[in-house]
Amino acid sequence: MRFVDEYRDSEKARALAASIASLCEPGRHYKFMEVCGGHTHTIYKHGLEDYLPESISLVHGPGCPVCVIPMGRVDDAIHIASQPEVILTSFGDMMRVPGGRGSFFDAKAAGADIRMVYSPLDALKIAERNPSRRVVFMGIGFETTAPSTAMTVLRARAAGITNFSVFCNHVTILPAIKAILDSPDLRLDGFLGPGHVSTVIGCRPYSFITGDYGKPLVVAGFEPLDLLQAVHMLLTQLASGRSEVENQYGRVVPWEGNTKALEAIAKTMELRPYFEWRGLGFISHSALRLRDEYADFDAERIFDIPGGRVADPKACQCGEVLKGVLKPWECKVFGTACTPETPIGTCMVSSEGACAAYYNFGRFTRERVKEATR
Amino acid sequence: MCLAIPGEIVEIMPDRPLAKVDVTGVRRAVNIGLLDGERLAPGDWVLIHVGFAMSKIDEAEAQATLTMLQGIGDAYDDEIDALRESRID
Ligand code: SF4
Repeated sequence: MRFVDEYRDSEKARALAASIASLCEPGRHYKFMEVCGGHTHTIYKHGLEDYLPESISLVHGPGCPVCVIPMGRVDDAIHIASQPEVILTSFGDMMRVPGGRGSFFDAKAAGADIRMVYSPLDALKIAERNPSRRVVFMGIGFETTAPSTAMTVLRARAAGITNFSVFCNHVTILPAIKAILDSPDLRLDGFLGPGHVSTVIGCRPYSFITGDYGKPLVVAGFEPLDLLQAVHMLLTQLASGRSEVENQYGRVVPWEGNTKALEAIAKTMELRPYFEWRGLGFISHSALRLRDEYADFDAERIFDIPGGRVADPKACQCGEVLKGVLKPWECKVFGTACTPETPIGTCMVSSEGACAAYYNFGRFTRERVKEATR
Repeated sequence: MCLAIPGEIVEIMPDRPLAKVDVTGVRRAVNIGLLDGERLAPGDWVLIHVGFAMSKIDEAEAQATLTMLQGIGDAYDDEIDALRESRID
């Protein structure tokens, strides 16, 4: 077994794989969704699916924040960047995401002042150093990055910085999971819960999944062993008829989450009535915007934003991939018209996107694992 | 940006919620305001998201995470390059 050689706990992994197989009810098929793009990455990188019995399939979820930004919001951001005196700042991951009229990189090449930053605090620094410019930070990400944006807004207010604002595109993971549970396309047996998002929101908010929908959820870490163990925990729950929230990643994720981070979000942001997710459509209460009290930091109120809706390219099947209905290689343009160099859909842009992860690792790992296990 | 990177605290800055951390040799300041209650001290390890320490972890976990991140290649290198450009103070 390939990955076992690379891991210190090879005995444990072997025992786990065997135990997983023994927990599977004969004739039953299991579908587990890994919500987080980081998990998708580990799964493809290490060919984990090929170590699981055939009756278990892992389905990739919507947990890649870059992947779910709709084209219209990219266009809106570029529109902001083209206003007088504006410097648009963004995480590097966003730069190649295609909008209806090109990406940030294209806009930058055409003369817009768009700069990559590591942190929203760096964007704030740029604002401090350039008092005559209007600095806008493109806020993206789930609950892992929203607190950072919130803390930066608080800092800007405290420091009296007035030429800084946020174009807020932060999304929340739970409504997306609910939308997937409500969609008739997919029958799931359980969830591998996102590791880092849970360090912020904790484990309690998942209880509607285990309670109302009766699906077990195990918050999981990012190493191959973590994921195997989490699958084992899911199967154990199913075998004993339980559906509970369990925490496999307790060494990092506190049950209560990070209350300071949640407070910072609650203080500066509120849920939008609805928000468009790329490929998934409009999902109610699924994204954050700045509260009225922080309107002076809200790029959506400072600038006149077109707010147009741009349909995804016809060839793009990212929605199906994000819902876990299609595997990346089942998309018609995968690896031909759509590659990491020339992405058509967002799932091919971010390294956490299912298509990019499969393109970069999965194809090769699969072949190697197949050979090794033959 | 979605990657959480482990860093070792080398110095707590006075008067501000900032700490200097070492991430595989790159030393930068990060905000530790979200870990107020943790009484962080030099030698502690934290997981960092976009310039903010989000959780405290032990050294074994930090090393395991680093090994994993180094294995993923490009995305990790990009994150470290971005951190190198960071000027939080
Ligand atoms: S291959 Fe490209 S277009 Fe198809 S689902 Fe993946 S990212 Fe979207």
